[in-house]
Amino acid sequence: MLFRLLIVAACLTLPGMAQATDTRAGGKLVLTEGVSSVEGSAGGGLANWALIAGNETEDGIGGNLHATEVLLPDYKLTSVGGAVGWRDRIEISYVHQVFDTRTAGVALGLGQGFIFGEDVFGAKLRVAGDAVWDQDRWLPQIAVSVQHKRANRAAIIRAVGGKSADGTDFLLSATKLVLAKGLLVDATLRLTNGNQFGLFGFGGDRQAARTAQFEGSAALMVTPRLVIGGEYRTKPDNLGFARENAAYDVFAALAVGHHATLTAAYTDLGSVATFARQRGLFLSLQGSF
Amino acid sequence: MFCASVAALLLSLQAAPDMTPAGEQPVAPYAHANANADGVPFRDDHMWRAFHGAIGVARVIDGMIDRSLTDPRISDIFKGQDITRLRRTLREQFCYLLGGGCTYTGRTMQEAHRNMGIQSADLAALVEHLQAAMQTEHIAFTAQNRLLAKLAPMKRDVVKQK
Ligand code: HEM
Repeated sequence: MLFRLLIVAACLTLPGMAQATDTRAGGKLVLTEGVSSVEGSAGGGLANWALIAGNETEDGIGGNLHATEVLLPDYKLTSVGGAVGWRDRIEISYVHQVFDTRTAGVALGLGQGFIFGEDVFGAKLRVAGDAVWDQDRWLPQIAVSVQHKRANRAAIIRAVGGKSADGTDFLLSATKLVLAKGLLVDATLRLTNGNQFGLFGFGGDRQAARTAQFEGSAALMVTPRLVIGGEYRTKPDNLGFARENAAYDVFAALAVGHHATLTAAYTDLGSVATFARQRGLFLSLQGSF
Repeated sequence: MFCASVAALLLSLQAAPDMTPAGEQPVAPYAHANANADGVPFRDDHMWRAFHGAIGVARVIDGMIDRSLTDPRISDIFKGQDITRLRRTLREQFCYLLGGGCTYTGRTMQEAHRNMGIQSADLAALVEHLQAAMQTEHIAFTAQNRLLAKLAPMKRDVVKQK
């Protein structure tokens, strides 16, 4: 239903776009398609951006595949996914996340290496602005997104006070490249009740409903192929048994050839399921067309 | 005042074909104005010096054009066009925009690219070649981006309108 609404909205935005024309690959400047966020959408590592995935323009179709690993003191998060960008207007994404509790699983009474999994299905519609080319206007590129998430450990989620294993986030993002300064900034508002991105379900004994959360990034182009930056993302704190903190990272993204981007970050997810100070290395490889 | 500007306009229209520079083909008459460069110049000559003046800008433009002429993605667009004129007017345009104090005598971006069917991907290819040429000339990265920021909005005039 949400999906259908997005498509209808897209057709209203661009009356001419339903016409079939020759499509064409490529056409974005290096690093202006962003990288794959943890939820699979185009963004930074932690934050969703208003940019549309893939190296395509209004004349084509693009996409990407990515694999990400986050190595934390007590956990390991692995995600694999992909996204398709249609005419730089609509993005459809999917990611499968695997959260390995390693030895923490024993302490939590779940067993060594207990795995939480989650699938995230995303759709993003660019509604206004051009982050890259409209350098004489302050209007940022603006996009709305929905991310439907399905966690796989419903019984445990309920046992710790979670309300549901499924949930849907709604996002509003604004992204602008200030090219004269080589600076990219993003601010995103996310309505969510996800516990640790949704891996521990949605809603909790402390707070069941969605709340407004913020995520933002700032990135500086250092060379034509290298961007460094930082991100910040607040999260709800719904579950009584374990506090949840904001997450942040500092990252470097390197364009490798025409089709690959390697992202390395030092990320801090705060306390996760009672284990404090979950800070570690975030590594992600993205291939795009 | 009005008559004076009309007279000036007529003069410039008539003058254009006669003044065709050596090695260039004549173009249909048009009104000359720096405003045709479609951008506001940088305030001082800081950027002009960052681009190593006239010699540096000429090398950057030659580098960009030579790469474009051999790039199969966009080379067809340049077939049968007056590349000698393109080099000269681009040098004037960059000099004018970078604060080098030149007069731009070319056409507006909309007029120059009309009916060429240029797509966003063609512009991105050209920008890639400009970036490569600026790297070869060792232009500071911050100066590169300041020029690109000035050129970027021209996309609205260069790329075909849907
Ligand atoms: C912001 C980007 C661009 C700038 C600043 C620019 C600038 C210029 C200038 C100053 C002229 C000469 C005007 C005149 O003859 O009076 C010109 C002509 C031309 N441009 Fe561009 N251009 C841009 C993008 C492109 C692109 C993307 C292509 C194709 C890939 C292209 C292809 C041409 C061609 C073939 C001509 C020659 C037209 C003729 O001889 O009639 N330009 N451009």
